[in-house]
Amino acid sequence: MSDAPVKHIRTPLARVRGRGAARSGTGHFWRQRLTAVANIPLTIAAVIIIIVLLGRNQAAAAQILGSPAVAIIMLLFVASVTTHMRIGMQVIIEDYVHDDSAKLTLLMANTFFTVAVALASAYGILKLSFGV
Amino acid sequence: MAETKAPAERPLSPHLLIYRPMLTMMMSIVHRITGFGLYFGTLLLAWWLIAAASGPNAYAKFEWFAGSIIGRLILFGYTWALLHHMLGGIRHLIWDTGRGFGPNEREWLAAANLIGSIALTVVLWIVGLLAMGGPR
Repeated sequence: MSDAPVKHIRTPLARVRGRGAARSGTGHFWRQRLTAVANIPLTIAAVIIIIVLLGRNQAAAAQILGSPAVAIIMLLFVASVTTHMRIGMQVIIEDYVHDDSAKLTLLMANTFFTVAVALASAYGILKLSFGV
Repeated sequence: MAETKAPAERPLSPHLLIYRPMLTMMMSIVHRITGFGLYFGTLLLAWWLIAAASGPNAYAKFEWFAGSIIGRLILFGYTWALLHHMLGGIRHLIWDTGRGFGPNEREWLAAANLIGSIALTVVLWIVGLLAMGGPR
């Protein structure tokens, strides 16, 4: 940014808007808190489910994981956690990677990874639920 | 963003490395590191769910890994990282309300976070190993 007195038609606010590393405002901050709050009961539930499943064979694990209540909790858990971790990793990338092309590549990879993990997990849960 | 290579001609805030390590500061760093680890650990969650959905052979492969020494170590570390990040998250949510910033409060919260995460990890593993019928 030059300090020279250049005549701008746009207001100072308009010029800085969307200029943050994320090119966006508080949407991520809010969603990070929203999913953080959701993660607390969902993680506790998921940990209980996992402990219940410890030591059981595949047939028993499949039956429990595919039951409606457990499957819905696990789906919510996966959705909330993957949303949360996508935003979190984006913050880490924006903090440490300043080269634009590297940053954009990593931000894309971040989305690909989180969406892939989310869909793969959801696929597993749904397959167990519908028994196909 | 702006490729400013020239040193900034303004006072810079002291960098991390200049500070004497403090508990709250270390906890902040650990919160990020645990989040980073948890991110990649979700691959294990996906693997487990897909294995359960695929059948006995796929599930046996996962169980073999989870039961191996390396698998156990990873899962133990993952349990701690999850609990530490969760308790740290609760700490951050408390801070979001504007509370818990006092000199004693923030030290107390940080210590509770660390001790709580270690204690809960040990308790969960004892419960988990008992649920499996003792260590195998």
